[in-house]
Amino acid sequence: MIRAVIVMNTQGKPRLAKFYDFQPAEKQQELIRSVFGVLSSRAENVSDFVEADSIFGPDTRLVYKHFATLYFVFVFDSSENELAMLDLIQVFVETLDKCFKNVCELDVVFNFNKMHTILDEIIFGGQVLETSSTEVIKAVEEITKLERASNTISLVPKSVSGWQAR
Amino acid sequence: MNPFSSGTRLRDMIRAIRACKTAAEERAVVRKECATIRAAVSENDQDYRHRNLAKLMFIHMLGYPTHFGQMECLKSIASAGFPEKRIGYLGLMLLLDERQEVLMLVTNSLKQDLNHTNQYIVGLALCALGNICSAEMARDLAPEVERLLQFRDPNIRKKAALCSIRIIKKVPDLAENFISPAAALLKEKHHGVLITGVQLCTDLCKVSTEALDYFRKRCTEGLVKVLKDVVNSPYSPEYDMSGITDPFLHIRFLRLLRILGQGDADASDCMNDILAQVATKTEPNKNAGNAILYECVETIMSIEDNSGLRVLAINILGRFLSNRDNNIRYVALNMLMKAIAVDAQAVQRHRATILECVKDSDASIRKRALELIFLLVNESNVKPLTKELIDYLEVSDQEFKEDLTAKICSIVEKFSPEKQWYIDQMLKVLSEAGNFVKDEVWHALIVVISNAPDLHGYTVRALYRAVQTSGEQESLVRVAVWCIGEYGEMLVNNVGMLNIEEPITVTESDAVDVLEIAMKRHTSDITTRAMSLIALLKLSSRFPSCSQRVKEIIVQHKGGLVLELQQRSIEFNSIIERHQNIRPALVERMPVLDEATYSGKRAGSLPPTVSTSTGSSLNLPNGVAKPPAAPLVDLLDLTSDDAPAPSSSDGDFLQDLLGVDLAPIPSLSGTSQAPPSGTDVLLDLLSIGTPPPVQTNPSTPIISSPSQNSQTSVAPLERLSSLSSPLSTQVSSPAGASPIVDLLDGLSPSLSMPDNKAQESNFSGDNNGLVYPSIVAFQSGSLKMMFSFSKPPGNPQTTIIQATFTNMSSNVYTDFIFQAAVPKFVQLHLDPASSNSLPASGNGSVTQKFRVTNSQHGQKPLAMRIRIAYKVNGQDVLEQGQINKFPAGL
Repeated sequence: MIRAVIVMNTQGKPRLAKFYDFQPAEKQQELIRSVFGVLSSRAENVSDFVEADSIFGPDTRLVYKHFATLYFVFVFDSSENELAMLDLIQVFVETLDKCFKNVCELDVVFNFNKMHTILDEIIFGGQVLETSSTEVIKAVEEITKLERASNTISLVPKSVSGWQAR
Repeated sequence: MNPFSSGTRLRDMIRAIRACKTAAEERAVVRKECATIRAAVSENDQDYRHRNLAKLMFIHMLGYPTHFGQMECLKSIASAGFPEKRIGYLGLMLLLDERQEVLMLVTNSLKQDLNHTNQYIVGLALCALGNICSAEMARDLAPEVERLLQFRDPNIRKKAALCSIRIIKKVPDLAENFISPAAALLKEKHHGVLITGVQLCTDLCKVSTEALDYFRKRCTEGLVKVLKDVVNSPYSPEYDMSGITDPFLHIRFLRLLRILGQGDADASDCMNDILAQVATKTEPNKNAGNAILYECVETIMSIEDNSGLRVLAINILGRFLSNRDNNIRYVALNMLMKAIAVDAQAVQRHRATILECVKDSDASIRKRALELIFLLVNESNVKPLTKELIDYLEVSDQEFKEDLTAKICSIVEKFSPEKQWYIDQMLKVLSEAGNFVKDEVWHALIVVISNAPDLHGYTVRALYRAVQTSGEQESLVRVAVWCIGEYGEMLVNNVGMLNIEEPITVTESDAVDVLEIAMKRHTSDITTRAMSLIALLKLSSRFPSCSQRVKEIIVQHKGGLVLELQQRSIEFNSIIERHQNIRPALVERMPVLDEATYSGKRAGSLPPTVSTSTGSSLNLPNGVAKPPAAPLVDLLDLTSDDAPAPSSSDGDFLQDLLGVDLAPIPSLSGTSQAPPSGTDVLLDLLSIGTPPPVQTNPSTPIISSPSQNSQTSVAPLERLSSLSSPLSTQVSSPAGASPIVDLLDGLSPSLSMPDNKAQESNFSGDNNGLVYPSIVAFQSGSLKMMFSFSKPPGNPQTTIIQATFTNMSSNVYTDFIFQAAVPKFVQLHLDPASSNSLPASGNGSVTQKFRVTNSQHGQKPLAMRIRIAYKVNGQDVLEQGQINKFPAGL
């Protein structure tokens, strides 16, 4: 099972954090900080795996990838294949890339909503849901279309009415 | 409507937060946003609920409290529009904690949405349920999810499958309902559904044995067939992962097969072919291919035995080890670690490659490889492996050296075939990385050296050479200093040359040079310096020619800032200057360190205090067995014989030596001993308190110094409160006797004899003027000692004893010395003997008067240990015994 997905920048600011087993908010911040502590002190040419027992409890591993200013971190237990997790990060990043056309940190910051939508189509309750980025994008686009459609119907008149009420 | 609530859009808020320069600024912005959101919440503002929730999620991610938004999520979920529902469910997953009462409110909305006509809303509900489902919700909603497993849209089917996993994990009882729908999913063509279906089966097998049996019997063959199709399927761009078709699906399949094959020979047999096919046909160029291979290896190692496949699997891992990708090497090492338990022999074949990984540039790989090597070492390969590791030690990173030396040392210690090899390897490690070696390691080395008498010379010479080149390695220097102190003369005289050695010429002053350098090097710490001081003292006696120089070096520390060194240097200086006569005995070579005691202490299986071991040795005959407390006393070579010093003025200093809080000593022996235990040890060595009343055993001194001739072994005894000793120049005085008395401290109870007590209890009244019967205090084959008693008037505590010695043999006893020791509560004052030669055949006698004062008169009876030394025809004879049968009332 995947325990958590964290995207953070190289300064340690979280950009996306999703924990699949419940963690209180303070604990989440603490975990993110300790993960950053580990990652920032790692050398360049080392493996992408970190034993995470000291951070996330027994039988947990952490795999990360470093893209430009972002760290993509997956935390998982022994029921997942480490190398496959590495590929899953690849799938996630490729999907983001296709959705945002050359994804950069700013896209991630301002569209964290959409990030969650994408992530939810790849990982579901800690299990791998879909590994084809084409399938993911298809699903995400459907959802965006639906949102937009209802947004144009519902939000505009409402805000107009709100404006008039003033 | 609150005019401020519409203030900023989500995008503006994020920008404002990003523009903050300090954490305080950020907090202020967040506080303001939270205030407006709270206001909106309390006004039940519906227009901006969507946006407010999105903001809250961002704020939550930054780590600020957002609990006030929880009800908003529920309201949002309950609303009709898709965007509201979506943000509501997202908020539900992110913001809500597992407090049941809030979640209970959601169950109804979820139920409605799972039955919604819009499949995307069904998808949202499934997603939320899969993330936050509690046991109650699982029970309530399981039928809906089960139904959705047959939904027409594959996206819903796969979400329902994963949602089922959450449900059966929360409520394992529900597993049986899901078995047949899950089996149906295995026939899917859609890869996404197939992955989730296989995953559902895997988790069903984990929670329910019933499911495991079912899948094992009914599905194994089908699974193998599907996997075969997947492996042989033509290129499909959708699920392509760097040239490999859907590695994730492969992996899920292999994992399920592993669970089915574990402990079931039939199922394992059924999957052998496909495993072999995956293992041989998968392209190992890319990460995806290696991921499949890795999973395949794990499955092969877990299912029932098939040795051919296992060799194949371990060879794949061996190939991984030479892969250029760090990640692959890392997982391979992890897997090999597990594989050792299954087939150590096959892993051994890849030793060379694993050894290469010890030299990897990646620290985490090095560490793993080293651990793996450690598991692979055995008696047959220890030599080449150690050589490789030691060679690598020379070039390894500084921060890796500590791990590396620790492992090398423990390998060498565990598997060394012979002592010389052990010593050689340890010297190599110490010269290479002595500064990284833990204290226990060189302590153990000293114990081993001490136990290898035929290698003493070899070792000290090797150390001498090593120290010339690697003088900066602290622990090497310490071992060298210790050995030069102990075996210095072997260094100079090339004693005990081995064939392989080249002779070296070392003068006495060269040896002292080493110690002087160790002493003066600025990086030497106090332990090294203290050890050097002791070694210098030892050399001063062994190399008389250097004695003056040693003294000068020692004197330099008289004004040292470290109390320990200062005190030691003053003491040693005084030994050299004033106590030439006892020095050789004082600095005698240490007895062999007891390996068992030492290793026991190291392992912590023995209590670290000496008291227990002393106690146990009391049972040994004469208490002569190996002194178990050796480490403390031995470091100073203070064997019992040396302890009772004859001098009056300096009578205390030796006790200091014994009772000192020698800072380096506890660290040397690995224990911390309280000073009084030093006294116990001596008592033990003197074997006082042991039952045999008569002992003619010269072995006490001998144990501690096997090389001593009998002359020197007697010499210290002669000084035991002896007056007639020709060596002893001081006149005996109460002060002179006090060290002995002190040494006997704590022994008195064992001396009191029951019969004496009984007599004593009957005794009453003033004993002045009473006449006590004379006793034969001691009688051996030829020597008889009579005691007669008298009491000075007005002083009941004091007894004057006149000892009369008679020689029954036909030879004259010359150099006759009588010595006595008493418990602490008694004071002893010896007068000079009438003569130091005892005529033969009872023709005359020697008398000696002495005075004892029993400070516990009336409570404890008198007791005494005696030693009589004399020469017969130039031969030394030593007799000793214990006297308990003093008349009552003394």
